[in-house]
Amino acid sequence: MAAHLKKRVYEEFSKVVQIPHEEAQAKKLRLSKPSKSAALHVDLCKATNSTDALQYLLQFARKPVEVESVEGVIRILLEHYYKETDNSVRLKIASLLGLLSKTNGFSPDCIVDDAINTLGNEKSHQVLAQLLDTLLVIGSQLPESPAVRLRLIEVACKHLSDTYFGVRNKCLQLLGCLGLVDAPLTKDSNGPSSSSGGARDVQSIISNYFADQDPRVRTAAIKAMVGHSGPQILVPILAERITQGLISVFQLQLHDRGMKIHQIIYDQACRLLSDDYEQVRSAAVQMVWVLSQLYPESIVPIPSSNEEIRLVDDAFGKISHMVSDGSWMVRVQAAKTLGSMLQVSSHFLEQTLDKKLMSDLRRKRTAHERAKELFVSGEFSSGRKWADDAPKEKLDSNTVNLIASGACGAFVHGLEDEMFEVRIAAVEALCQLARSSPSFAEKCLDFLVDMFNDEIEEVRLQSIHVLREISTHITLREDQLDTVLAVLEDSSRDIREALHELLCYTNVSTKECIQLALLELLKNLNKYPTDRNSVWKCLKFLGSRHPALVLPLVPELLSTHPYFDTPEPDMDDPAYIAVLVLVFNAAKSCPTMPALFSDHTFRHYAYLRDSLSHLVPPLRLPGRKQVYSLDSVDSSCGSSSVESAQLFLQQSLNRVSSIQNLETAGDQDLLNFTIRDLQRLGELQTELAGAADFCATYLRCQLLLMKALQEKLWNVAVPLYLQQNVTATAAAQQILEETYKLEFLYSGLESRQVATIHHVRLQAKALQLILTARTRQGLDLLISSCEKFLQEVESFQRLFLSELPHLQDSFVDKLLELMPRLVSCKPAELVKILQTTLRQSGLLQLRLPEQIHRATATIVEPTGESDNPLKFTSGLVVALDIDATLEHLHDPQNSVKVQVSARLPENLSFSKTSFESSFFNRFRLQVLYPDGQSHVIHPKPGDFRKPGPNRHRLITQVYLSHTAWT
Amino acid sequence: MPEIKVTPLGAGQDVGRSCILVSIGGKNIMLDCGMHMGYNDDRRFPDFSYVTQNGRLTDFLDCVIISHFHLDHCGALPYMSEMVGYDGPIYMTHPTKAICPILLEDFRKITVDKKGETNFFTSQMIKDCMKKVVPLNLHQTVQVDDELEIKAYYAGHVLGAAMVQIKVGSESVVYTGDYNMTPDRHLGAAWIDKCRPDILISESTYATTIRDSKRCRERDFLKKVHESIERGGKVLIPVFALGRAQELCILLETFWERMNLKAPIYFSTGLTEKANHYYKLFITWTNQKIRKTFVQRNMFEFKHIKAFDRSYADNPGPMVVFATPGMLHAGQSLQIFKKWAGNEKNMVIMPGYCVQGTIGHKILNGQRKLEMEGRATLDVKLQVEYMSFSAHADAKGIMQLIRMAEPRNMLLVHGEAAKMEFLKGKIEQEFNCYMPANGETAMVTTNPSVPVDMSLNLLKREMALGGPLPDPKKPRTMHGTLIMKENSLKLVSSEQALKELGLNEHQLRFTCRVQLQDPHSDPDTLHRVYTHLKSVLKGYTIQHLPDGTVMVESIVIKVSSSAEDVNAKVLLLSWSYQVQQSPTYLFFRRFRPRFGIFFGNV
Repeated sequence: MAAHLKKRVYEEFSKVVQIPHEEAQAKKLRLSKPSKSAALHVDLCKATNSTDALQYLLQFARKPVEVESVEGVIRILLEHYYKETDNSVRLKIASLLGLLSKTNGFSPDCIVDDAINTLGNEKSHQVLAQLLDTLLVIGSQLPESPAVRLRLIEVACKHLSDTYFGVRNKCLQLLGCLGLVDAPLTKDSNGPSSSSGGARDVQSIISNYFADQDPRVRTAAIKAMVGHSGPQILVPILAERITQGLISVFQLQLHDRGMKIHQIIYDQACRLLSDDYEQVRSAAVQMVWVLSQLYPESIVPIPSSNEEIRLVDDAFGKISHMVSDGSWMVRVQAAKTLGSMLQVSSHFLEQTLDKKLMSDLRRKRTAHERAKELFVSGEFSSGRKWADDAPKEKLDSNTVNLIASGACGAFVHGLEDEMFEVRIAAVEALCQLARSSPSFAEKCLDFLVDMFNDEIEEVRLQSIHVLREISTHITLREDQLDTVLAVLEDSSRDIREALHELLCYTNVSTKECIQLALLELLKNLNKYPTDRNSVWKCLKFLGSRHPALVLPLVPELLSTHPYFDTPEPDMDDPAYIAVLVLVFNAAKSCPTMPALFSDHTFRHYAYLRDSLSHLVPPLRLPGRKQVYSLDSVDSSCGSSSVESAQLFLQQSLNRVSSIQNLETAGDQDLLNFTIRDLQRLGELQTELAGAADFCATYLRCQLLLMKALQEKLWNVAVPLYLQQNVTATAAAQQILEETYKLEFLYSGLESRQVATIHHVRLQAKALQLILTARTRQGLDLLISSCEKFLQEVESFQRLFLSELPHLQDSFVDKLLELMPRLVSCKPAELVKILQTTLRQSGLLQLRLPEQIHRATATIVEPTGESDNPLKFTSGLVVALDIDATLEHLHDPQNSVKVQVSARLPENLSFSKTSFESSFFNRFRLQVLYPDGQSHVIHPKPGDFRKPGPNRHRLITQVYLSHTAWT
Repeated sequence: MPEIKVTPLGAGQDVGRSCILVSIGGKNIMLDCGMHMGYNDDRRFPDFSYVTQNGRLTDFLDCVIISHFHLDHCGALPYMSEMVGYDGPIYMTHPTKAICPILLEDFRKITVDKKGETNFFTSQMIKDCMKKVVPLNLHQTVQVDDELEIKAYYAGHVLGAAMVQIKVGSESVVYTGDYNMTPDRHLGAAWIDKCRPDILISESTYATTIRDSKRCRERDFLKKVHESIERGGKVLIPVFALGRAQELCILLETFWERMNLKAPIYFSTGLTEKANHYYKLFITWTNQKIRKTFVQRNMFEFKHIKAFDRSYADNPGPMVVFATPGMLHAGQSLQIFKKWAGNEKNMVIMPGYCVQGTIGHKILNGQRKLEMEGRATLDVKLQVEYMSFSAHADAKGIMQLIRMAEPRNMLLVHGEAAKMEFLKGKIEQEFNCYMPANGETAMVTTNPSVPVDMSLNLLKREMALGGPLPDPKKPRTMHGTLIMKENSLKLVSSEQALKELGLNEHQLRFTCRVQLQDPHSDPDTLHRVYTHLKSVLKGYTIQHLPDGTVMVESIVIKVSSSAEDVNAKVLLLSWSYQVQQSPTYLFFRRFRPRFGIFFGNV
């Protein structure tokens, strides 16, 4: 062990030495740098033909160029550019110019003129396009200089009439990126053209190109106007913009930068929706959407009638129309976009689900028209009944409009689409719209339920999730529940579990529904026994949600009889447990229910309350001792108890904060008691478990520190050092461990808390340093650990610069004051200073963050104490199923470690192993074999499922294999 | 004006016997060549004597195109090609070419072997006919001859169904055949690009129907089957061998897979097996899901669906049986129906249309007692369900296709006249729509654009004038000479035309004389005119040439004194006829009055 430690120390030591060494090398490199531009010059001059020159340039592009030499290099490139006759070389030079202008720290304003000049006598269109691209880079690098931007805009306008589409594209992009953001602000007063002289209205210039002959240019023009970001990204940006006014964000295009697009463009945008080319249509959908978000309430006329509607409704109708476009890319785009148009009026929204309404609902409907509609709906066949499309009454065909059908049936089409991408987009859009409109949620229910039957599992799963999200708005009818429950027989585990999750949140209307659900769930349990936990949990929620509906079912469910005793059911039967879970959870808020229980039910309750306490709630049972008095008090108090517990937590912390110095025994006692209190609180109040745990651990660290620094320990005689050192070292070690746990095991920490934790760690490290000094192991070692410590102090300062003001009078604060002295002084002196500062510094008060949760992991499979060990033959592979629920993890894909250790039984047979597993945060899946060998396995991202907020589920397989153990 | 003529020989205001003659740009094309299910006499086949009284059709038709393998679209093909006589090319897609002979052979067997008809085409004739077939690929442009080209688009409906675009020069016609705009379990939706044909010939089977979401129908179907199976009942689904049957098979197969069901599903054998083989092969013609997953597993390799044997019908326990024919009028489906009708746990699901008079039609209309042959009656106790799984476009689908293709005219076939009338009314709000009956001809005059070769120099020169870019939305006039020579058209500049034709150029100039009184000598007068114009017309090039003329742009001004009166000077203005068009003309019109005023004052 000692040897190992020593080795580690040496490793660290050698690292420390290496760093300055590397720095020296870096410096050397820098010396050779100025020659780079010269080298390029030489290379280019040497090049006899264009191919060579191109080769040199390509090689050159692979190496980075430092800031200082960028300008020189650019000059050389430009010089060569004028001499070069070959197009491809000039193109490469142009692209290099752009690349170089992007170099960090280089300001390209000195090369603007040169770059613009190169445009003047360029004949090749491709090179021209590339040069404009370079100018775009330069322009976006110089956001602060309006003069440059004006010039660039002029250049772009000049080249807009080029015959090559690429040049026009780039010009439009340039206009979009650099067009004046300030223009709309001065728009009201005389317009930008008069105020800024040469500046023209960028928008009208760009909009001229909506009718360009080349579809690529049309697309570029639209993109220049609205930017590239889709609705998903834009919604928050827009919201922000509304609150904060216009913000200019560079590198984005006109709209994205906050330039308000004029409403006049709306008509043009709508016309572009019927363009021949899909990329134009797709971009146009985006533009119509942007306009509908900017001017939702303006009024637009309906062509061929003298009525008017809101712009957002009109846009909604037009985009809905695009859901039946010929190109699936456009359909996806349209379906997605629909989901973010929340301001649309409800009757337009509801039209999207109704294909049969053929009459043009844009106009206000009279009662007469509505009556006609009834005939219309009679005319059209549902395909469910024989001959139901036989004409019944002659209807006036003028009422039925097939062509301009507006939003009619957009989602019906979207959900039936050939491509599953479109279907998923439609389901998601439905979800978004339904969340904001309860009546729509009610309507789309049937459609979502239909999607449970889709041929692609992804779509099925998505629609179940969506239904869960909107389920707060809806109550399922019996027939709807029936179709939902039919999916419980699905062979895919994901689908079933998603459905269980859905059932946890659904409201049902009648007791028959409850019975139906229970029956189907029991059937499910029977068919797929592995779903046990999920089914139980589902019934728990079902029971606690509908106590009144369960009550009339209780005698039947528990098969009790008014006169006869019925046989006692088998306690281990999962189905019986499922029924009990339902009943007990309903009984929690229905005090009359326990009267219906028979004797054995009470016994079973006691058993289940113990064995499955997370599923069975505490009940106040008549004639029974209140065994769980504390719990029931808790539950009866409800939410107020949470508040009082929070208060208690805060008070304990305040009390502790009064401790100023760490000397007196009374203070230690106080800490001890507080820790104990907090731990108990965590057990009682699950909502605050994380916070209480966190505080307790923190205080324990403080306590340990306090004990280690006890005055009397440090004044003992030399021979007693050893023993005292052992306790102090152990304490320091423990504090370090605890601080890592504090930092990584809890979610919801703010940087303030992290700083506090790091502070404690720093204290522990100081303690370690002092102890090292006292053992007198050698000066070298001491020097290196001193240096290491100082580095840590520095890095602390760097990391938590913003938090330093809150750390007044703390250990770090004092250290930083003494820093200049510490750096120069000798190790022995440093240790001495540390010792006094450490002992003088007070306890740092802990401020609790709003939400703090402890990351936990529960392993469902494999169970720890399995009776039948897994066997595998050496050299072959065995798969071990792992199923675990992880809570409050930030990024489970990167932060989970499952440790599976294979253990040899006593008789050392090679093929017999049993498993136990445990979870640690921030690590990977690790398999430990009995011979100490270990494998680290990364679970695939696909193995993680997210059933709820802050919850993840890992279902994966670990492959084990090992050669024979001899 | 050129015309496109469309004459339906069958399927005009009718369903069945699809056969449409199109003449476009001097070419004659026959679209589909089907038989009528409802007749057993001569009316069964289209009346080819319309094309020619006697003799072969080869001289009158440039090509025949078959849209898909249903018999009402290809049933008369061997009769036409072998018995009437046609040797030209017949176009159809690969799957149609593969499956079509199976169905024709089956049709022949039933008519000849079972009904004992004579004078019908033979197996050999089917084979000979198929030899004339040229297969088509989707989106492949096939040149029938130098001018006529055809292109196939995906139509859904059944495997290999295609819509065809027929194009001669800039005139074009699109024929849809039967198509489906909503995808189903095994096929995708019809798709066409914005080809803007002169006529779109569309089927209109469901012209007055807008169907509900397909999903609820599927769900209902599955639920009914599932419930019946759980009760321990038997389910009979009468189907036609090809088309819907495959869709229902896939539907049930995936449902069985998903729900882990164990009850057996049977398919009565026969031509189905052969056809299924082709379904497995033509994966590219199916929908997204099947195309994407066939590498792991071909969806048409059914796991749960097995071949049916007569004896299985008596097996105990639940089962699902697909049996032919679809209308329960004969064959296996009727036999099984008779066996199962007595048990109320059983169920029969009719997935399609039933002709009047068939047992299918009777039970769908609620008849519970059936009279069988031999005076026996049959009590129908089993449940009867109807599920429409028809794969035709509904009214909305037809409109969607119209929007996709953007035709100039519309022509409806393959539908009932009354229903067509309704849709026609709708369409005519936007553009012309025709619905000719059989034998009637619809004529559409077209306005084809005539392509002309233009010399590059002329194009560049004309582009330089006027706006910065050619705007496709605005026509622009230009000057040039059109040369028609040996069937080719060429647009060149006038100079080049003169050179090519070896003609001399003649100049036409307009002159005008203005008399004025001026005592100065001729050169002085001219000079005065020059200085005056110079001061008045800023921005124009004005030159005083040494030969005693003044040029304003291209207008020449000369001064000569008349012989009689020395003071009376004659001002000669001369300009070429091009000036009338050029900007100088404007100048001239604006300033000519001023000359008068100026000189009048002198």
